[in-house]
Amino acid sequence: MASDRIFGLITLITAVAYIAAATQIQTNFFSGEFLPKLFPLMIGGVAAICSLVILFKPDPDPDWPASATWVSMLIAVIVLAIYAVLLAPLGFIGPTIFAAGILSYQISFRLVPSILSGIGLSLGLFVLFKFALGLGNIVAYRIPTPEKLWNAISILIPFVGH
Amino acid sequence: MDILSNLALGFTVALSPYTLFLAVCGCFLGTIIGALPGLGPSNGVAILIPITFTLGLDATSALVLMTSVYYGAMYGGRISSILLNIPGDEPALMTTLDGYPMAKQGRAGDALVLSGVASFVGALLATIGLILLAPSLARVAFLFGPAEYFALYLLAFCTLGGMASNNQAKAAIAACLGLGIAMIGVDSSSGLPRLTGGNLHLYDGVDFLVAIVGLFAIAELFFFIESHGKGSSIGVVLDKVRVPWRDIWNTKWTMLRASGVGFVAGILPGAGASLGSFLAYMSEKAIAGEKGGFGTGVAKGVAAPEAGNNAAAGGALVPMLTLGVPGSGTTAVLLALLMTLNITPGPTLFTERPEVVWGLIASLLIANVVLLLMNVPMVKIFVKVLMVPAWILLPGVTMISFVGIFSLTGSYFDLLMMIGFGVLGYFLRKLDVPTVPVILGILLGGNMEDALRRAMTLSDGEISYLWSSPIAIGLWVAAILGFVAPMFLRPLLKKPQAITD
Repeated sequence: MASDRIFGLITLITAVAYIAAATQIQTNFFSGEFLPKLFPLMIGGVAAICSLVILFKPDPDPDWPASATWVSMLIAVIVLAIYAVLLAPLGFIGPTIFAAGILSYQISFRLVPSILSGIGLSLGLFVLFKFALGLGNIVAYRIPTPEKLWNAISILIPFVGH
Repeated sequence: MDILSNLALGFTVALSPYTLFLAVCGCFLGTIIGALPGLGPSNGVAILIPITFTLGLDATSALVLMTSVYYGAMYGGRISSILLNIPGDEPALMTTLDGYPMAKQGRAGDALVLSGVASFVGALLATIGLILLAPSLARVAFLFGPAEYFALYLLAFCTLGGMASNNQAKAAIAACLGLGIAMIGVDSSSGLPRLTGGNLHLYDGVDFLVAIVGLFAIAELFFFIESHGKGSSIGVVLDKVRVPWRDIWNTKWTMLRASGVGFVAGILPGAGASLGSFLAYMSEKAIAGEKGGFGTGVAKGVAAPEAGNNAAAGGALVPMLTLGVPGSGTTAVLLALLMTLNITPGPTLFTERPEVVWGLIASLLIANVVLLLMNVPMVKIFVKVLMVPAWILLPGVTMISFVGIFSLTGSYFDLLMMIGFGVLGYFLRKLDVPTVPVILGILLGGNMEDALRRAMTLSDGEISYLWSSPIAIGLWVAAILGFVAPMFLRPLLKKPQAITD
């Protein structure tokens, strides 16, 4: 019950914000005054109605995982985010060992197999992508300047990055 | 005779040694993807699209490769259903009902071969149906104006929300989410950005591939972290695999009927393969009656959902190719593939680019034969794939998804957005909100708005123009019925529970 009410509330707020944003859409002579706003307004309206339905007629709660699992998932999200920004400045192999190893650990909770699977996946996938499939922008490794590294990491820090 | 000459054209495109080689590779890869627990046709094809695109294959080759993967994954899905009792995707759920009990009786090999043959029959008949039906539907589609198209898109969202989910409001929210995301970016008519929040990265919109890979593949990672990869060990033994001729012969009418039912269910826009396998199973269960023993591991209970499922997958291609409206999650992914290759499905596709359509159809037929030949003798190899532990598989799939999107766009922003979609997908699925309407919304949002705008321009802002022609009225009625009727039919359409150990 509570999950659906929270979900309904979030979607309702999003829908209202969306409608508000849609009324602010800039228009010009070519598009006409109303047409660029029409469909976004309709979507926001339908979404708002549905949110109200979910708010007042919630389904039973799903089985949420235990708090330890939430920590695992949060770690996974952070690792993936770091992987996303480091893939370009550091190249493929290093970040992939790091990310695949930690993800593997979050599933199995066994240290040695996770490290091995991180290394194995990194090297194996690199050979596959680079030599078998010939993907152009996959680079084995790069040694970035500290400044570039900071630029990449700072993307993830709110209000500091760009 | 028109059809035969068109088919001949298709085969000249699809039967070159190179494309045949791609078809065999695709079938092999697809069966493995389908067999892997946690990967199914939709997310398997989704993570491969960006990689195929960066390989620089031409449109026909890419299409042959990916349709082989798609069909292969449909075949492979039954392996984990039967041996592990884990459906690879939603439609495979019905196969577990009789497949797993049959495997536990020591007839795993029989169940695998029988379901392979049933898949072949269903897919073959559906492809023939597609050949016969699609060109005439494409001619009807020429009568469609913007108002009709708008109603058609609405119908797709309504039936998808109505039939494929448990809660109408949640399905509608999902569709709105997708449509709302599709609106982001520079508006084509004014050239001004819309709803970007001033973020430059969002000016060319949200790439649907980013959303698909995030919602389908990255979300799966979180589900495996939640379950710690449990439940993916084989509980049944597979010894000798031989062809159960008697079972195949005894289920011939079941397969034919199930193919028919599945094909019709697949044609309905938005209904798709889940409904096909469900209806095929339930109708056969009703025909067999109490004595049929459905649910205890009978041959007919394995053949019916597999034939229905594959026939529905073929049937779903009819609205996808002729109208550009996919009927299921997997066809939505195939539509994404076509759009990536710059092919716009719709009635004009049949007249302007016949080589693509008929090449695709020919490659479906080829893939089907290759899969049957591959699956019966090699099924033991595919079963080995099930032993890959989740803690290698899921990180691997995640890394492949990252590389695919990265080599497509080269932007960290898209990667971060993909992670966001993964988290979103996890919560949506937890809350029983279907994710397919989100994908469909992102894919079709632009076209749907375009239809609405053109209708409004043509009618000078008169809203009733949207339901002014008989075709449009019919579509509106079907859309409303498709959305409302399942609320009352839900007690009747109750899905049987999967068997638990």
